[in-house]
Amino acid sequence: MFQLPDLDGLFAALHADGYRIVGPTVSAGAIVLAELDRPAHLPYGVRVETAPGHYRLRPGPARQAFTHTAGPQAWKEFLQPSPERLWRGTRDDEGFRVDAAEEPPRPTALLGVRPCDLRALGILDGVLGDGERYARRRAASLVIAVDCTEPGEACFCVSAGGGPAARSGFDIGLVERPDGGYLARAATDRGTDLLARLAAPEASDVEVTTARKAVDEAAARMGRRLPEVDLRDLLTRHRTDDTYWSAIAERCLACANCTMVCPTCFCARVTDVTDLTGEHAERWQRADSCFDPDFSYVHGGPVRSSTGARYRQWISHKFATWHDQFGGSGCVGCGRCVVWCPVGIDITAELHALAQRDRS
Amino acid sequence: MATEPARPSLAVWKFASCDGCQLTLLDCGDALLTLAARLHIAAFPEASSMIEPGPYDVSLVEGSITTEEDAARIRDIRARSTLLVAIGACATAGGIQALRDLADVDEFRAQVYPHPEYVRSLATATPISAHVPVDLELHGCPIDRGQLVEVLGALLAGRKPDLPVHSVCAQCKARGTPCLPVVAGVPCLGPVTRAGCGALCPAYGRGCFGCFGPVERPNTRALVALLRHQGMSPADIGRVFRTYTATTAQFRAAAEEGARS
Amino acid sequence: MNTDPAPHRYRVVVNRAETPDTSTLTLRPVDAPLPAFLPGQFAMLYAFGIGEIPVSVSGRCGAGGLMHTVRAVGAVSRAVHDCPPGGFLGVRGPFGRPWTLPAPRDADVVVVAGGLGLAPLHPLVRHLRDHRVRYRSVAVLIGARTPDDLLYRAEYRRWRADGLDVRVTVDRPLPGWNGATGLVTALLTGLRPQPGRCAGYVCGPEVMMRPVVRSLATIGMPTSRVELSLERNMQCGTGHCGHCQLGPLFVCRDGPVVPATAAENLLAVREL
Repeated sequence: MFQLPDLDGLFAALHADGYRIVGPTVSAGAIVLAELDRPAHLPYGVRVETAPGHYRLRPGPARQAFTHTAGPQAWKEFLQPSPERLWRGTRDDEGFRVDAAEEPPRPTALLGVRPCDLRALGILDGVLGDGERYARRRAASLVIAVDCTEPGEACFCVSAGGGPAARSGFDIGLVERPDGGYLARAATDRGTDLLARLAAPEASDVEVTTARKAVDEAAARMGRRLPEVDLRDLLTRHRTDDTYWSAIAERCLACANCTMVCPTCFCARVTDVTDLTGEHAERWQRADSCFDPDFSYVHGGPVRSSTGARYRQWISHKFATWHDQFGGSGCVGCGRCVVWCPVGIDITAELHALAQRDRS
Repeated sequence: MATEPARPSLAVWKFASCDGCQLTLLDCGDALLTLAARLHIAAFPEASSMIEPGPYDVSLVEGSITTEEDAARIRDIRARSTLLVAIGACATAGGIQALRDLADVDEFRAQVYPHPEYVRSLATATPISAHVPVDLELHGCPIDRGQLVEVLGALLAGRKPDLPVHSVCAQCKARGTPCLPVVAGVPCLGPVTRAGCGALCPAYGRGCFGCFGPVERPNTRALVALLRHQGMSPADIGRVFRTYTATTAQFRAAAEEGARS
Repeated sequence: MNTDPAPHRYRVVVNRAETPDTSTLTLRPVDAPLPAFLPGQFAMLYAFGIGEIPVSVSGRCGAGGLMHTVRAVGAVSRAVHDCPPGGFLGVRGPFGRPWTLPAPRDADVVVVAGGLGLAPLHPLVRHLRDHRVRYRSVAVLIGARTPDDLLYRAEYRRWRADGLDVRVTVDRPLPGWNGATGLVTALLTGLRPQPGRCAGYVCGPEVMMRPVVRSLATIGMPTSRVELSLERNMQCGTGHCGHCQLGPLFVCRDGPVVPATAAENLLAVREL
């Protein structure tokens, strides 16, 4: 572990290597992810207060930039941007000509990836990694994780199988200290090279132990937890429990906020467009949601026309069928869907209610 | 011009409305020039007094039906149009003037006009679809310019126009606007309102006013509960649903539900 | 799996009307051909500027050319259906899991098709004809709304001549129809497949498929020996867009052909 007094050196090294740096910053009453020029743009002195359907910025420790959770965006926006043009075509004598060429992705440093989101990136790799565009962007990404010392009210990473410490899947791992300094570790050659260039001193054993303790203690302060039952089995057995699903549908706005803020929701739709001359056509990909009325459309109408069926699809996909498709759960316990649901539907509470219903 | 006969003909018609939607067509900038080259504008009283008798390949219809004469006129336009597109909140939902459906028109008339006996109008302001079959509806007060160009471009290309059926929430996310009810407790009709405006108001810190009208199956009951929770009075909840599309079944029911305390 | 998002150009060489709203197109590659399609797999067909739809291969599926039967129901399918010889379409694929072929040697094979469901079974029927001696019996049961909706009707005589037991029924007879009327399941009467050596291939409207699987079971064909071809909202073809999910399945990737044992439980759940 190395000591960094601040992030100035890291920013300079990344910029020198041609990286754009994307990380958290304050905008429109929330901590969003955006391109950052310098460390001062990080959300120093801000923490967040979260609850179901509730997110407020509050004054926080002035020297710390990572005392926040469950922002309104996820890193997927930088790996599978929406909207994105897949190709463009022009009408010609041989029907049409297609140009699928794309600009090579810009090397991007994802700064401040929390351990829950790190796991989400791993999950997305399993879903989209065999797609060329995603793979190219992923290869051009450098991941700088920051361990979590300030879990929020809506957090449940521990019961979702993770924890506040970054374990793998990052290039550089940071722990933020109350004095605004950082302990840094590298997990890849790229990360090792970068840290070596910063000529940072080694951290003492005491410093490492203190930092570790702060992270370990965070594990005990999760605001929420999932029920300790086999969720996959629970949801599969209750998929025809129509009274349960229609009761949720009474509260659910089907607004799709949950899927759009979810760091692992990946669904997308394509749209074919033309210009007014009709000579040029393009295909665009946009983020989509299983709550969208058109999502399951087949000839004659949507397969899932009721909100209950759409909610069931969402929660069952995350906690049950994701296992069949990708060999694990689709939820990392980041708490975003709990916070950003305007009516405060809490996915952990819903699963507890279903488990309770199962017992009775 | 040699290509003249092959160009589809377009007509633009006005009923009870403020003209804002049809002016959107004139506000299309460069797209208007391309449209004018690809379409033959056969009738557009707002722009030219030359009105051809039709038939028209496409009629854009703005405004709601408020008089017997207009009810007859829209039937005539329908008969002369292959495709009829209703544009804007008035044409698709009655518009602001449909508020009179919920009150006593005679009383309004007496208060506004010195000689109300000269004013002849129906008791209701109704959307075009209440009178004739409509092929496509473009919502909004006013309509979105991008959607209008998209619809005309799609008609020319023979494809389905890309018009979202989801709520405004998706467009807030696309635009990167954090959810106002969540970050600020601001009342917002976005979750029950059809997308299309690009989530304009929330981007400026104002909750959605619902001018694009309800999504097909909005959960207004859940939203009413949220508005109450945010501290809105029953009278105010009734009012927020009684604006541009007050007489749609979904928002009428929401207003009644909300006004009950 | 081919994840290239750009379509390959194909030229329409034949456009043959099958029914008033359905036609079969024969396509030849303009650019480098796509890999060969297997019976049961599907392509995404693109009409320039209009859009893309999933369509199963319904005949020739080699690298040299493709055959697709398309019913005009929306803007894209109408544009594809109407594409004249000499016209161009874009094609992506091949996508999905094909029919399991060949069926076991000396098996009793039963093919059940409802309406347009005969299209994805057409290349399978071709295989069964070409390898008829391999099997003990081959029955092809075809149902349609009306006699005018029957696909490939001119070919039935040849199929019978080649030793296939072709049985046809319609929901609504028209004047001049002398054949059977009623559900396609009624055509199973008299078939006695050997339970240990048989294979069933089914494609049709979703409301038809579960009753067919049950009826096959009652005449002795275990559900484990039946395959279905499913339809969902396929967009990307590669399991990346999420639209075609049916429980654990991405129908575009894990289907469209799935074992009936897997599909039966899923189709039983409303709005899954």
